Amino acid sequence: MSTELLEQKFNEKIDQEVRIEPKDWMPEKYRKTLIRQISQHAHSEIVGMLPEANWITRAPSLRRKAAALAKVQDEAGHGLYLYSACETLGVERDDLLADLHSGKAKYSSIFNYPTLSWADMGAIGWLVDGAAIMNQVPLCRASYGPYARAMVRVCKEESFHQRQGYEIMLTLCKGSEAQKKMAQDALNRWWWPSLMMFGPTDADSKHTEQSMRWGIKRFTNDELRQKFVDVTIPQAEILGLTVPDKDLKWNEERGHYDFGEINWEEFFNVISGNGPCNKQRIDARKKAYDDGAWVREAANAYAEKKAKKKVA
Amino acid sequence: MTDQNKFDYILQQADNCLILGQRLAEWCGHGPILEQDIALTNISLDLIGQARLFYQYAAEIQGEEKTEDDLAYLRDAWGFKNVLLVEQPNGDFGFTIMRQFLYDTFSCYFYEALMSSSDERLASIAAKSHKETLYHMKWSADWVIRLGDGTVESHNRVQQALNELWSYKDEIVIETSADSDALAAGYGVSLAELKEKRDAKITAVLEEATLSIPEGTYSHKGGKEGVHSEHLGYILADLQFLQRAYPGNEW
Repeated sequence: MSTELLEQKFNEKIDQEVRIEPKDWMPEKYRKTLIRQISQHAHSEIVGMLPEANWITRAPSLRRKAAALAKVQDEAGHGLYLYSACETLGVERDDLLADLHSGKAKYSSIFNYPTLSWADMGAIGWLVDGAAIMNQVPLCRASYGPYARAMVRVCKEESFHQRQGYEIMLTLCKGSEAQKKMAQDALNRWWWPSLMMFGPTDADSKHTEQSMRWGIKRFTNDELRQKFVDVTIPQAEILGLTVPDKDLKWNEERGHYDFGEINWEEFFNVISGNGPCNKQRIDARKKAYDDGAWVREAANAYAEKKAKKKVA
Repeated sequence: MTDQNKFDYILQQADNCLILGQRLAEWCGHGPILEQDIALTNISLDLIGQARLFYQYAAEIQGEEKTEDDLAYLRDAWGFKNVLLVEQPNGDFGFTIMRQFLYDTFSCYFYEALMSSSDERLASIAAKSHKETLYHMKWSADWVIRLGDGTVESHNRVQQALNELWSYKDEIVIETSADSDALAAGYGVSLAELKEKRDAKITAVLEEATLSIPEGTYSHKGGKEGVHSEHLGYILADLQFLQRAYPGNEW
């Protein structure tokens, strides 16, 4: 079959919303786009473990400690199925990790911000996982089968994390003055970076158009960002917290909230490596990988010995 | 307090679970392989869960409207009854594995015996915990074997860990008055019987792992009586920070 015919068949499948599976023919660019996006997502899960792991040993009650452990463990699990989904496209996990460590592959910039108080565990769940869900729910219908199926499970767990984070915020906001201050401070620091999680404006997004054509992406960055703001403002009101945006107001005509201009200079700075924790996050990942080299070698050596014994 | 001895007896195991769970939680996000990062966190989570069941029961025995968190967050180091083994720093992955193995080979047989406790509550906590601990012991024993019989480097590292931890393995099976009173009262476990099974398991696994069994017979102790290493103060500073900095708040 000629490449043109294969491509035509592929496009028909996309148009009819038939899932593309690992053994199906796909354009090289589609495969590359998926590898980039899925691995970026997997990296975000494992780098995202670090800011939250930072508070596990200091969690303020045993119930919170258990919940924090379970949450970070879920994230590791998400990393695992996303790396596996990526491997169905013909790449190895080790190569993907090498790209993360060298800085070639990106991960969500939000994890380059520090977790400075316990309230950050609440704010991350509420805002960061909340924004992640907005981005990820449409991916459950992504055209590539293994990705879409992984996302169904990821989204279920993320929505649980989001409620758990909001509940941490609610408890703090019903608590002492110091706890309320902690909650407000966390919102102040995490609000804008959360809005940045939807990526550049539609006018500046270089991947959006092609990804929408291929059914990998279903909504534009600005559409999702607006949806997030509209859902989150009433939640902040229930908490009695002030969203740090003086331009924020309900627009009756549009039926949406208007909000202020995102500091894009900060966004591009954090992406290009100048965020407060970029270096620490990658150093931590590299250290874990390098310190673990002898363990992986030992496991392989032992497995080979066992296999030889079986043959003999 | 309705039963001081039962309270002390329960705290011994509760504190072992909490402190080791806390140590394992330090690995979260830093494991050598993603799958093993998940396993370490999972075991930590099980241990925190076991600690909670014991603390909840101990708090009821204590009365005075105390909670699990009062016991975990508001005692100082001298009130903790965990063994010195579980407060040892993580070291490398091999050290963590060996520490875990030396603990799991105790806890697995401890829970197995505690399932026949005359105290129904303890028996039911033991039944639940035993299932989890069987998996922990399989995991840590498999890794001791894999590292011991893996490469020269992994063998040397895990042998070194074994040599360093050897003098910390027996405190957990040396009877305190809480242990002997509990046994006499029918709700406790015979540590002498347990030690036999445990030692046989340790020897079998170390042999399969091609490791040399250290000759030393000296045992560090004190933890079960509240005399700890310098490490515990730092563990508690970390663990108890928020409860100490903002006393009396709900979290």
